[in-house]
Amino acid sequence: MKRPRLYLQLLTYAALVVAAAVVLYPVLLVVKKAFEPGRQFALSASPIPTTLTTEHFADLFGARGGHGELLFLHHAWNSLVAAILTTIVGVSLSCTAAYALSRMRFPGHKAGLITFLVVQMFPATLLIMPLYVLLDRLGLLNSMVGLVLVYATTAIPFCVWTLKGYFDSLPRELEEAARMDGAGAWQTFWRVMLPLARPGIAVTALFSFMTAWNEFIMASTFLTDDSRYTLPVLIQSSVGQYSSDWGFFAAGAIVTSLPVMALFYVLQKFLVGGLTAGSVKG
Amino acid sequence: MLPVMCEVRLVGISKRYDGDKAGRAALAALDLAIAPGQMVVLVGPSGCGKSTTLRIVAGLEDPSTGQVLVDGRDVTQTPPALRDIAMVFQSYALYPHMTVFENLAFALRIRKLPEAEIIQRVEDVARSLGIHEYLARRPKALSGGQRQRVAIGRAVVRQPKVFLFDEPLSNLDAKLRGDMRREIARIHRASRTTSLYVTHDQVEAMTLADQIVVLKDGLLQQVGTPLDIYDAPANRFVAGFFGTPAMNFLRAEVADEGGQRTLRGAGFALPSSTTSAMNKDVIIGIRPEGVALSGAGVPVAGEVNLREVLGAEVVLHVASAAGELTVRADAKADARPGDQVMVYLDPRAVHLFDARSEARL
Ligand SMILES: Nc1ncnc2c1ncn2[C@@H]1O[C@H](COP(=O)(O)OP(=O)(O)OP(=O)(O)O)[C@@H](O)[C@H]1O
Ligand SMILES: [Mg+2]
Repeated sequence: MKRPRLYLQLLTYAALVVAAAVVLYPVLLVVKKAFEPGRQFALSASPIPTTLTTEHFADLFGARGGHGELLFLHHAWNSLVAAILTTIVGVSLSCTAAYALSRMRFPGHKAGLITFLVVQMFPATLLIMPLYVLLDRLGLLNSMVGLVLVYATTAIPFCVWTLKGYFDSLPRELEEAARMDGAGAWQTFWRVMLPLARPGIAVTALFSFMTAWNEFIMASTFLTDDSRYTLPVLIQSSVGQYSSDWGFFAAGAIVTSLPVMALFYVLQKFLVGGLTAGSVKG
Repeated sequence: MLPVMCEVRLVGISKRYDGDKAGRAALAALDLAIAPGQMVVLVGPSGCGKSTTLRIVAGLEDPSTGQVLVDGRDVTQTPPALRDIAMVFQSYALYPHMTVFENLAFALRIRKLPEAEIIQRVEDVARSLGIHEYLARRPKALSGGQRQRVAIGRAVVRQPKVFLFDEPLSNLDAKLRGDMRREIARIHRASRTTSLYVTHDQVEAMTLADQIVVLKDGLLQQVGTPLDIYDAPANRFVAGFFGTPAMNFLRAEVADEGGQRTLRGAGFALPSSTTSAMNKDVIIGIRPEGVALSGAGVPVAGEVNLREVLGAEVVLHVASAAGELTVRADAKADARPGDQVMVYLDPRAVHLFDARSEARL
């Protein structure tokens, strides 16, 4: 490969630095606020705090609710349950659907795939009204089951497409070998294809988890009882119309994003894939 | 272990792939019988339908028409999992997430054999194939030859009714290919399992086969023992496909010279015992070993174009009025490119084909 000219390289790096700064600046402001004393955002545009404090984190972890429970832990638990259930429901349904869509031909195959694609194009806010009505009719408003159902349905189309792409890339001979070895459709799926799709599953699991963990609008609309709040709703409630504690908000936002970062870190070896090495020649 | 000897028959099998409606069929009305315990080798040029035939026997592909019979039982509608047929894929298709042991044991696990028997069978097979020390490894930690052994082991350990091989050796280097070929021959002799073996390597075909089946464009050309195929090819295609260097083909006409039937071509006249009609256009086929630089045959004058030294012998390409002739000669023959030579055609080594239909006369 030819090495690009020096000035082109410099230009590329300059553009990347600018882009990185634009993306990171707001994040840095939040980090600054989290470690800076005071409830208000400072007027200074510098992302570097002048004095450091951990008081907002102490507030965050120490805050107690009406029944004396630790607020942060209580709501983190809500978030965790929602995220894990969403991941389980979303991934298990997406795996089976994606495999079928990848390897089987049946009436509605193409229509199904296109539906999954089109559904993704609607912004989530558009769905809030109809979903609210649906959940209300089903008696699932203000419940974890309702929320998980909503999250899973929003995550599934993306997961199905991602996993279908992954299954498509697995060599067909492996499946044929399994069938020749006497495995039925389910055994072939469970014992051969699914283990090979682990990198794809890791990606979709991460996505499902994030969908539920970070989501704010639906949770704040469908959950009316404040003891049911997930973390994003709790954190947002600290900045109200009349009083705002931006320090609490910033500390909460940072702590909330840590698990997702950790997951990314742990799963990154799956994200680069490479599990099929050595199975077929070529 | 008692040999499981099964007869496999294909009756009127044809195959037209979906989306290929305009084109020709991949297979047309194929009838084939594989006698119990035989090794039948399917050969033909790329795209002639070898893999398609194999996959139809395996059940991985449905034939458009016709039936697959195993021991007289129609299995055309039986899913592959229930046919008890093992297949060695060209790409090996080893399960990458399982160890070699698990790869070999997979089919036995599916059949829920007792664990002790599974271990016993896997270890026996692994030992006989020389992969015993790799049982704990994953396929990606094996060399190509070792992977191939595992792929063969995975088929053998099942003791199936039928073995199918789809060009199992085509990705190995020449030396390894020879070794594995002998290994497969040994396994077949030992187990006498009915086998269908696909290759486009004529050495594999000649050395492994009890019967060779030659396909071209989805049509059966000839079925016979390796010697039948070599000594009496059914048509020009089969004649040209087997033998290295390939057979020479010369145009000629049936004539009569002094009461003796003769094949007259450009620059030569070969006495013949043919009973074909006079003036008929024919193609003479003569293998390079039927052409010599000296001897009693019919002389043809020509010029050496190319000299290929193979070690024990040399192959000379000689341009003559009748066309290019390939001559197999002793390594001591010192004819060089540019030399004018006489080559001698042995009338007894001649194969005759109809010029129009290219069928053997
Ligand atoms: N899935 C498929 N869909 C459409 N056409 C196919 C399909 N598989 C094979 N064919 C066609 O059928 C014909 C026979 O293919 P097949 O794979 O049986 O050839 P082959 O003899 O095994 O060739 P090779 O030696 O290259 O493996 C070819 O013309 C091929 O293009
Ligand atoms: Mg093939």
